[in-house]
Amino acid sequence: MLKINNLNVKLEDEDKQILKGVNLEVEAGKVHAIMGPNGSGKSTLSYVLSGKGGYEVTEGEAHLGDVDLLDIEPEERAAAGLFLAFQYPVEIPGVGNMTFLRTAVNAQRKARGEEEMSAAEFLKVVRAKAKTLKIDADMLKRPVNVGFSGGEKKRNEILQMAMLEPKMCILDETDSGLDVDAMKLVAEGVNALRGEGRGFLVITHYQRLLDHIKPDYVHIMADGRIIKTGGPELALEVETNGYADILAEVA
Amino acid sequence: MSAVAETSNVTDERLAGLTLPTGGWSDAARKDALSRVQASGLPSRRDEYWKYTRPDTLTQAVPIPAAVFHNDEGPLFDTVERLKIVFVDGVFDAEASDDLSLEGVNIERLATADVDIHWARDVYGVLEANGQKPVLRPLAALNTAFATDGVLIHVTGDASKPINLIYLHKSETSDAILHHVVKLDAGTNLTILETGPAAARFNKVMEVDVGDGAQFHHIRAQGRDHERRAATHVFARLGAESIFKSFTLTANGVMTRNECIIELTGDDAKATVGGACVGNGDFHHDDTVFITHDAVNCESRQVFKKVLRNGATGVFQGKILVKAGAQKTDGYQISQSLLLDGDSQFLAKPELEIYADDVICSHGSTTGAIDETALFYLQSRGVPKAVATNLLTLSFLTEAVEEIEDETLRAEINDRMAAWLERRSS
Repeated sequence: MLKINNLNVKLEDEDKQILKGVNLEVEAGKVHAIMGPNGSGKSTLSYVLSGKGGYEVTEGEAHLGDVDLLDIEPEERAAAGLFLAFQYPVEIPGVGNMTFLRTAVNAQRKARGEEEMSAAEFLKVVRAKAKTLKIDADMLKRPVNVGFSGGEKKRNEILQMAMLEPKMCILDETDSGLDVDAMKLVAEGVNALRGEGRGFLVITHYQRLLDHIKPDYVHIMADGRIIKTGGPELALEVETNGYADILAEVA
Repeated sequence: MSAVAETSNVTDERLAGLTLPTGGWSDAARKDALSRVQASGLPSRRDEYWKYTRPDTLTQAVPIPAAVFHNDEGPLFDTVERLKIVFVDGVFDAEASDDLSLEGVNIERLATADVDIHWARDVYGVLEANGQKPVLRPLAALNTAFATDGVLIHVTGDASKPINLIYLHKSETSDAILHHVVKLDAGTNLTILETGPAAARFNKVMEVDVGDGAQFHHIRAQGRDHERRAATHVFARLGAESIFKSFTLTANGVMTRNECIIELTGDDAKATVGGACVGNGDFHHDDTVFITHDAVNCESRQVFKKVLRNGATGVFQGKILVKAGAQKTDGYQISQSLLLDGDSQFLAKPELEIYADDVICSHGSTTGAIDETALFYLQSRGVPKAVATNLLTLSFLTEAVEEIEDETLRAEINDRMAAWLERRSS
């Protein structure tokens, strides 16, 4: 589903190479995890795939199904089925969470030539999905992420994911800033969306998220490349020994 | 030619084109105002108070014509139960207006109130004259002298619905001078809505005397005519525990200077003045505010937001003066602009002058572009860039609109702004 081929990326404003030939394929219905030390390029990968400005692709390509991701606007990537759950969800004062969600859902439907969701239908669906994520009516009414706790922000990300029903989800350190209970809640939300041919790329520092969201594959990223790929046991190895052994092994 | 001579020429020419109404209870106030204008002269671009806004087109004898904008939107506040008073190019339109009777309120017209109205005589030109210190406002004095009409509103109870002053602009060369006086007795309540461009050039003064414990709400939308010009003044005096709230929405208009002069004279009074403006291209909008705290434990808020593009200019001059003895004053002032391109400019002059020692006063002014991070966040959810920009623009303006207390009126303003933004980008 998601195919990344020899992706090389540098910062637009400085001569600094961040990704140095990333190759990765996420099949439909599979969960891939990417782990790696700070500064290895994990978040950059998620930003470049979703179209954030400030980066320059110097080589390589990325496709979602037949769609050439790197050639189109962020909103077009979203409409094509890509979703990024942000490490730091953005606060938008003055825009109601509900308005935001409905604008997003209907913008994507419109872009895909589908019929827009009516206000009543939308309300019904959003209420049901919010309930399972323990998001109350007040959180839906408040401005997007404003005054939300860390956990509320992350749950709000998962709610957006649930409403937008993407084909391919990238979770960028969704576990950061979460306590154990909040992490469980978020993981349950993600697990509820697994299957149905949906692909996941879960970026994390820690094995503990992967206890809750069980990956099919684990990749270790360092210095802009994927240096090792394995099964879930690779995450456990990192948890026990840190990255040093693996880095030494491939060096 | 010297600056003084130039000013006096402009003033002479402007005064020569006007006729002083006589024969009524307002005669003394008008004559006094005229002598004040003659003494000070009209503002010139050398005046410090007009440093950022050129007054020429507001003071010249004959106004520059302004094309009439064909508005295909429905009237603002159409869903709101209200008493309509209509002026077309500054001339009262009896046919289009409702009957001037409203429970709890006495309404007269300045042009026809020929019997002596004692309460109005105590306010007409009085708050305006008082507001000339320490800064001169000659256009307001000119207004007091030459106003051809306006409404005199005496509130003796709780007004059962808002009064909507509707200003239609139908003549390309109209030059209107209107002067309204509002007096709220202690404990009463009134909302005034003002809508429309009024004229090719509009000079308007509203004097508001808010009695102890009374509440005055003012919501204004200045119309979308691109070429119109306006100089407006609101002078307010607040009694103890009274509330004054004024909000102005401005979109388009080649030249606007809105001055608001508020004096908190009774303890525990609260004043809020705010505005949201959206300017594109040949657009100059100036909000000038002067708030004087002259009583204990009063609160004042100034919240102004401007969205500017294609070479538009926004100006904010806001001052809080806290007099000696005005302890426990809480003064807040924020003026912000969102520049949608590199051509536009925002000029701000926040001022605080404080003579009391137990006071909280804060002011802030910012200029910025659309937040790229927020933009990307919205786009990553599938919201097209243009729509996302509109949402963020609206959210920027919302902080000022939030100052409107009534939920229905606030929603009307928000919906109108959203429709404008959507139309512009579609």
